[in-house]
This record gives sequence, C-alpha cells and structure tokens, in this order.
Amino acid sequence: MTTRTIRGRRGALWLRKLVSTLGTVAVTFLGLLVVTFLIGRVVPVDPVLSVVGDRATQAQYDAAYHALGLDKPLIEQFWIWLQKVFQGDFGTSNLTTRPISQDIARVFPATLELATVSIVIGTAFGIPMGVWAAVRQGKLIDQIVRVVGLVGYSAPVFWLGLMGLLLFYFKLDLISGPGRVDISYEYDFTPKTGLFLLDTAMQGAWPAFRNVFSHIILPASLLGYLSLAYISRMTRSFMLNELAQEYITTARVKGVPEWRIIWVQALRNAAVPLVTVVALSYANLLEGSVLTETVFAWPGLGQYLTNSLQNADMNAVLGGTLVIGAIFVGLNMFSDLLYTLLDARTRNQK
Amino acid sequence: MLHSRILASVALSALMLGATPAVTFAETPPDTLIQAWSIDDIISLDPAEIFEFTASEIAGNTYETLIGYDPKNVADIFGKAAESWTVSEDGKTISFKMKEGRTFASGNPITAEDAVFSLVRAVKLNKSPAFIIGQLGMTPENVEANIVQTGPMTFDFKMDKAYAPTLVLYCLTATVASVVDKKLAMEHEADGDFGYGWLKTNYAGSGPFTIKDWRPNEAVILERNANYSGDAPPMARVIYRHIPETSTQRLLLEKGDIDIARNLTAEDIAALKDDPNVKIESGAKGSLYYLGMNQKNEYLSKPQVRQAMKYLVDYDTIANTIMAGKVKVHQGFLPEGFLGAYNENPFSLNIEKAKELLAEAGVPDGFKVTMDTRNTPEITAMAQAMQQTMAQAGVELELIPGDGKQTLTKYRARNHDIYIGRWGPDFQDPHTNASTFAYNPDNSDDATSKPLAWRNAWDIPELTAETDAAMLEPDADKRAAMYVDEQKKVMEAGPFVIYAQEIEVMGERKNVEGVIVGPSFNDNNFAHVTK
Amino acid sequence: MSMTREWLLSDQPVSRRQARLGQAYRTWLDFRTNGLAMFGFLIVLVLVLLAVFAPWLAPHDPLVGDLNTTRLLPPLTEGYWLGTDDQGRDILSRLIYGSRITLAVVALVAVIATPVGLLVGTTAGYFGGWVDTVLMRFTDIVLAFPKLILALAFVAALGPGIENAIIAISITAWPPYARLARAETLTIRNSDFIAATKLQGASSARIIWKHIVPLCMSSVIVRVTLDMAGIILTAAGLGFLGLGAQPPQPEWGAMIAGGRNFLVDYWWVATMPGLAIFTVSLGFNLLGDGLRDVLDPKRQK
Repeated sequence: MTTRTIRGRRGALWLRKLVSTLGTVAVTFLGLLVVTFLIGRVVPVDPVLSVVGDRATQAQYDAAYHALGLDKPLIEQFWIWLQKVFQGDFGTSNLTTRPISQDIARVFPATLELATVSIVIGTAFGIPMGVWAAVRQGKLIDQIVRVVGLVGYSAPVFWLGLMGLLLFYFKLDLISGPGRVDISYEYDFTPKTGLFLLDTAMQGAWPAFRNVFSHIILPASLLGYLSLAYISRMTRSFMLNELAQEYITTARVKGVPEWRIIWVQALRNAAVPLVTVVALSYANLLEGSVLTETVFAWPGLGQYLTNSLQNADMNAVLGGTLVIGAIFVGLNMFSDLLYTLLDARTRNQK
Repeated sequence: MLHSRILASVALSALMLGATPAVTFAETPPDTLIQAWSIDDIISLDPAEIFEFTASEIAGNTYETLIGYDPKNVADIFGKAAESWTVSEDGKTISFKMKEGRTFASGNPITAEDAVFSLVRAVKLNKSPAFIIGQLGMTPENVEANIVQTGPMTFDFKMDKAYAPTLVLYCLTATVASVVDKKLAMEHEADGDFGYGWLKTNYAGSGPFTIKDWRPNEAVILERNANYSGDAPPMARVIYRHIPETSTQRLLLEKGDIDIARNLTAEDIAALKDDPNVKIESGAKGSLYYLGMNQKNEYLSKPQVRQAMKYLVDYDTIANTIMAGKVKVHQGFLPEGFLGAYNENPFSLNIEKAKELLAEAGVPDGFKVTMDTRNTPEITAMAQAMQQTMAQAGVELELIPGDGKQTLTKYRARNHDIYIGRWGPDFQDPHTNASTFAYNPDNSDDATSKPLAWRNAWDIPELTAETDAAMLEPDADKRAAMYVDEQKKVMEAGPFVIYAQEIEVMGERKNVEGVIVGPSFNDNNFAHVTK
Repeated sequence: MSMTREWLLSDQPVSRRQARLGQAYRTWLDFRTNGLAMFGFLIVLVLVLLAVFAPWLAPHDPLVGDLNTTRLLPPLTEGYWLGTDDQGRDILSRLIYGSRITLAVVALVAVIATPVGLLVGTTAGYFGGWVDTVLMRFTDIVLAFPKLILALAFVAALGPGIENAIIAISITAWPPYARLARAETLTIRNSDFIAATKLQGASSARIIWKHIVPLCMSSVIVRVTLDMAGIILTAAGLGFLGLGAQPPQPEWGAMIAGGRNFLVDYWWVATMPGLAIFTVSLGFNLLGDGLRDVLDPKRQK
C-alpha cells in the first residue's frame, strides 16, 4: 500500500519532469531550426546553382528559383518547411535529388558505426587507464596517463588521421585506406542495417568483415583516442573520490582483496557518473566527426552536412542539423535519466 | 606524439587480429572496371539535364546520340543512332533517317518516334543544356512543329535560319541529343514531365552500358547492356567510385584496388611514371583555364592594364611545375582541336613589359585587386603562383578563397574583381566558346543572356555581331578564319587571361587496354576496355 | 631580492597590494614546482617570442618561393631546414610567421568570447527568473549545435578569412563560460556582502560589474586557458577545410591542407605544420592544467 503511493507519487514527479524536459527540448529545437534557417539564408551561395548549374538561361533560372519557393518571404518559407517537418517530410535535397530523410538514413549508419566503435575503444582503454592512474595517484603511471590524455586533447584529429594513413596505410600497409569497404568486397554482402561490421558478420561474409574492419580501425582508433583522453581523466577523478570514501576503508579493514575493492566496489560506484561521461563523449563523437570523415572519405553525416552547406542545400543542412541536435539532446536526456536511476539503485545498495 | 603512436599501435595490434591478409591481397574482379573519380558534380542522370563532367561521361557510355564524331579526328562526323541525313536547299531543314533494327536496353526498338520525342522533350523540359538545341531556333512553343516525324524511321529538323551545317551536326552530338526510350520514359511520366522525375535517377537508353545505380557521393554502377545493338563490351560492369582525394586515388591504383584513377596531381603523375604496374594515358580536353577580369573595376577596365595582366602570368612555369602533365599553355578561346582554333601563344611572363604598360595606364606603382579563388588545391596553387609574379610588378592580388558554388555565385552576379575559372565547351563546335568569350548582346545588369563576356562586363557589339555571322557561315574554311580573327581580338583586348588548356590524365593499371580519352567528357569511352 | 621575496611571502601584509601580489607569488611558486605545467608555459613563451621576433628569426620570406628552383625540397636541405612546400616557400619561415596568426586567433577569441560569456552568465545568474530562463535557453541552443558545423556555417555566411574564423569560433566558444559564470553567480548572489551593497543603493549593473564579475573571473580564466588548445584546433580545422585563412597566409591548418595532396611523396609539407599545432596546443593544455591545479581552491593537497 505504502509502496504503491510512493511509486505513484514518484510517477507523478517523473511525469512532471518529463513534460518540462520535453518543453525544454521543443524550445531548444525550435531555436536550433530558426538559427540554422537564418544562417542558410545569409550564406552567400546561390541555392539555385545546384539545381540548374552554371549554364542555365535566365528563364530556367527563374523557374527553378520559383520552384524552390525562394520568391516567398522568409517567414513563409520557414513556416512551410516547419509544417512539412511535422508531417515527417524534410523535403528534397537539391544536390542528391533524393528525399532528405532517405539521404540521412543512408549516411547516418556510417557515422553511427564509426562513433560506436570509437566509443568502445575509448571506454575499453580509458576506464582502466583512469582507474590505474587513480590507484597510483601521483606516481609515474598517473603522470603518464595524464600526458597521454593531454596529448589526445592536443593533437589535431585531421592531422593525426593523415599521419596515421601515411604510416599504417601508405608505408606499412597494415590497414585499408579511406572509405568504408573496398569495392571488391562491396558485393559480398547486402547493407541491411548499414552498419557494415554487423551486416558482414550476420551474413557470414568474413573476408568482407575483415576488410570493413581494416577500414574502420584507424579512424575509430583515432576518435577513440580522443574520447579516451576525456574518459580516463574523468574516471581518475571519480575513482579518487570513491577511494577516499569510508566504505573503502571499511572494506580494507574487513580484509577484502585490494583488486576487488578497486575494480568491483569502487568502480561500481564510480560507474554511475561515468555513464554520463561516456554518453556525452558518444554524442560528441557523433557530431564531431566532420573532420575525420573528410580525411577518411567516410560517407557519413558529417560529410553530408559539410557538402550540403557548401552548396547552400539548406533543406539538407536543416535536416542534418536536426538529426544531430536530436541525438545530442536525446543522449543528454538519456544520460540524465540513467544517472537518476542508477544513482538511486546504488544508494539503496549501500 | 610518441605516446599517441604507441597507443595507436597498441590499439591497432590488439584489435586488428588477422585483418592484414585481406588487405594485401587486392585485385579487382576481372570483368569489372573500377574507377576512382570525384563524382559529386552529378545532379541528374536525365540526358535532357546532364551538363556536368561526370554525368556527361556516364551518358556517353550509356546513351547514344544521333550523331557522333571520331574522338581522334573531330572533323570526321558520322551517324550513331541516325543512319544518314540530307540538308535541304535553303539550308533550313535537315532530314534524318534512323538506323534500322536497333533496340534500347529495355528491348524496345529505336525509331524516329524516339528521336523526335527526345529532342522535343529536351527543348520542352528546358533544362540547362536545352539551349544547345534551342539556339537553332527551337522554343518550347514551336518545337513540335519544327521537329516532325515523317515516317517510321525518318524525321525532319526545321530551323529558323540556315545555320552552318557543322554547327547543327555538332550540336546533335551533345548529350542533350541522346535518344531516349520513349515508351519506357512515358510509362513513368507524372504531371506531363516526359518522365523527367523518374529519369533523373533512372535509365532509358541504348548505349553499350546501362546505368544500374547511382548513389550520390558514393558510386555510380554501369552494367553491360544485354540488348546493345553494337558489339557487346568486354566489361560486365564499370564502377565509378567517389574518391575526392587525389592521393588516395593514387594509392588505390598502386595497390590495385582500382583500375583507373581519374584525378591525379602533377606529383602523382610524376611518381607513377616509375611504377611498373601503372601506365599514364592522357588526352587533350576542351576545358580552358582562364582569369576573368571584371570591367567594372576601375583598374581592370583600362586596356593597358588588361594587357599587362597577360604578361604577369608565368604560363610555362605553371604548366611545367604545379600542373605538369595536366595542362598545356594555350591562350586562344578555342581549345586546340576545335575548328578554327588559334594555337599561337603570344604572351609570356614579362615583368618589364607589364610595368611599362601599367605606367602607360597611369598606375606605375600597381594597384590592389581581389581574386575569387576556388579552394581546390590546384586552383589555389595556380592562384598563388600568379600572386607572386603579379606582385613583382606591384599588382597586389588578394585571394578570396571559397567553395566552388560560392565563388561562382559572386562571379555570376559580377561582384568579383578577378575570377580564376575553368571553362569547358558545351559541344564540339567553335560557336560554343565564341558565344561566351566573344558575345555579349546586352551588357546591362538585368540582361537575359549572361555569357562570360557579360559576367566580366565587357561590352562588345562588334564582336557579338561577328559571332552571330560566323554561326551562319556555311563554308567551313571561311568560318574557321572568322573564329581565328575573333580569338586574336579577344587575346589583344579582352578581359580574359586564358592561360592553359586541360589535358585529362588517367592513371591505369598496366593490364587495362582500350580506354578512349576524347576531347569532351561524353567522348571518354569504355566500351572496348579489356583487362 | 630576498627582501622582495620576504615582502611577498609575508603572512602579515600591510597593504592590499602586498597581499594580492603575495598571493600571486605564492601561486607562481606553487606552479613552478609542476614540471609539466612549466614545460607548457615554456612552449607558450617560445610561441610568443617567435611571433614577436618573426621577421628577425625567419630565414626566408614566408610568402614568396621559387617554383623553378626551390619547390618541394626535403627537410635538412641547406638553408631550408624543414624543407619547402609546393610553391617553393620555406616551411620553417612559414611556421615562424604562422605563430603570429595562431597567437592572434587565441588572443582575440579569448577577448571576444570571455566578456560575452561573463555578461550572459552573470546577468542570468543575478536576475534569475525569466531573464535567466531566456538567456540560458539561448545558451543551450547554441550549445546544442554541432560546434564545427556552426563555425563552418558562420564562416560560410561571413566569407572566409581569419577575422571571420575568429568571430565564428567566438560565437561557438562563449556558452560554456556563460554557464560557468552563472553557476558562480548563483553561489554568491545571496551572500551578505551583495545584500549590503544592494542596501547601499548600488545599481544592478554596478553590482554585476564591480562585485560579481571579478569573483567569477578566475574560474572563467582558467576555463578559457584550458579551452585555448581547443580554439587552436578549431581554427586549424577551419583552415584545413579551406575556410580559415586566405592564401598565401601561413596559417598552420591551411598548410596541412596544402600538403595533403603531396602526403605520400613529400610527407614533410603536411607533417611540419601539424607538429607545430600539436606542440602549441599541448603547451596550452599543460599550462591550463597546471593553472587549474594551483588556482582550484577545491584541490586536495
């Protein structure tokens, strides 16, 4: 009886929080769209050019101008666009001549796959490094981890990418070059999910899998390294915090083995805020892949956005920004909620 | 740095487990020709709309035009879809007869009905290349009365004037005059669009290959046309892969991951010369590299300044270093190989002469001027080279970098000082370049026709009249002489510093044979390629 | 000398100035023991010196090369120790002159973004209510944007060039400072001395400017220093995409882009400017890291 009312009350609270969060998100999005739209209109690139090309006559030009709705007032253009978005229609890209939703569905898996592999690498290396540094606080290892992290913060990713390509691809021939898969393997599998590692593995196309893997490993390692810098640093500080807690001392007195104290008890509690850190890194990877995608000719969302922007293909830019913004805000919200949830549980356990 | 390396190699070795064998073994399938090219210029696959380099080449391999010419000898004109033609006495009507017994990829027979449909369709859709037919007196209103079917395999092409027959025939070699499968296209018609909405991303032609798939900024896939009326091409597939980076293209080529690399830099070409597995094939293209000097600029509008600028470009050095193997010096507005092309190059770098001319113009200390520059590596490099030589005569050239569309937007609005550009002819007849470098019927800001002369605000009533006259000259020799005269005049006084003609370079694997590099992109042919 | 030292370290300062200087000196002593931070400081110092004395240090003209004789010379060529680029220009000289651009970008972004962030943050924090809601919502919107895309868009809109790159980076850089300043403001807004100042009839603008901003300053400055490496990297990224500096300016990111096409045969053209960016941004990171350590009151020691 009591639990039910508590649960009910908590539910109401959750609901209220959800509503207010959604309101916030809606306002953020609207702002995002207005800003993007306005930027798009001041970019000194003529969008008609991508439609009719350089050699069109004035009449052809005018017809395209009209067809794009550019002769209407700005507010009206925005309103028309907004209405369509609510019906799930992002419009058509001037550049690719396809529906933008279709374009994004095509390019997004590439970015998603890269970011996911990167975050796996970043987490797999970053957390142990951070833990290690915390345990050996002030010692050489701590310094090394710190420097490794700072190097990650300091290196221009596009340059690291070029150097990595030069070394591992051009000179040592250890990995495959730019792009997602060699053309000779492209027909060995059907891109059902668009995540090539998953597709090839599910269809048992192992040579293709290896090829896809040898393509993704370098860009993912680089991006992973960048997120590693952040993750290891945060892990270190969370771990230091936990290791100073009373329950650790208690455990030590009780004679719990040191590795268990560090890797199980302390890390479990540090894991709560770490989830947020990892989620944020993930969001950053998704949005921050523009330069990496350029260097590695990775046909992802970053490249799509840059390309659309340079061609003043504003509907495509708006659609892409909306998706990235949505992911960003979504992951933020998700990590918030997860944090609340996990935090409550760990507190109960203590 | 050290740590990053160690870490990267740790990450790599930890995760790569056996990826290596798949990489070192790289060979393209024997029946597939794989090319790396920057294909992001494709905006449509409809021949009535295709105007860009990549799409033109694709159309050239997948559609058939009415008329064709020998890429090695442009003067040799012959029928492709058309069997023969006769010109009426007044020179205003050309009667075509189609070849018998040929089919589209769909299996539908090719008839005069398809040819008429295709031409009418192109004019009525009125996309960018429509003027190539339109300039012969065809408008969306009158085209149906002027291009008429006269029998199952014959049709008439009636023009408003007696245009030079070479002009008309060359126009009909352009992509826009490709024969489209009427039945197939009309099956996909929507709102009276002649199947345009569908054909933008689909295929209805009769060439040696069919267009299987186009994934924007990723790949275009051509497949052997089983119903092709000519000899079946040896390659079952031709794949264009979008790889914008030149160095990547080169490495893929060196490793054998691709058969042909299409965008190689001068450095790549030099390096590949020593590779025993690779050969370099090249052919002169019609594209010209030039500077456009806006006559609205107070300095550039002075004739001596324009002349001086032509002495401030180091033509030979650019062609021998930055662009080695990719261009040759050329200063006339008709590229070498065109009827009437003037192949003398009177200008060379001459700082003293330029200084004299600047002094004559009243600006002995030079002046400051901006140049809108595409931020591609080659254009930027050439612009910087010019910047250095111009500085020696006191001309301070400020480069304004921008993406292609951005610089072009400014150029089209005549808001530039100098624009560094590249111009490719639209069809194989000299009129195509004369009508832009030496033609400006209305120099006002709201003119309907905006050729390059207009974009640089160069008001030239006499040259415009000459261009109009040359279009109607039936005698080829006389016509050629008229164009030579025009080129000399533009060279002397024009606002264009034409400095180079493009040479297209393809890096090919040694075993690739039979690639034809033609003067225009729709002449590049892969139908006979073996490997 | 020792007199000064004692004066500075006196635990009974006689003047406010002495106290303040003493505090700074103690921070410096603290900072000096941090080897990595000192190393970072050294790098930044070298950068500044290079920028100031560029014309005397550079062996060649950074903008003019000779296509026919000095094109793409490898490093360790006599007179061209880091090699030359595709325009025949000396890379070392270009790097030295490029330090001016890098330094200018960092300094200007700091000068533009910090006040904006401070102003927005303190105002929002001080007034609270709908002012807070509106300002912070706006901040969140800018934060929700993909940063590089936003900078790209702005540069595209404003036209390429180093000035516009600086503006674009500033536009994307201020929101974190605003958040930080707001958080700091919230902690001091209700303190007694603010209340006292209010009672004395000080205007809100005066309270914010005279009392709140100075208190937020140190944490924002640390944050800005920490961000400087990021600013350098963003600027280089814009340069790399061809939107930062105009050729022939020796901007390091643009130099990498220029060398990218020669990577395989002439690796040094892209490698050298990358090393420069990396070194400088590492320097700023080490410096910022050290600064945070000594200035952060919450640090455990």
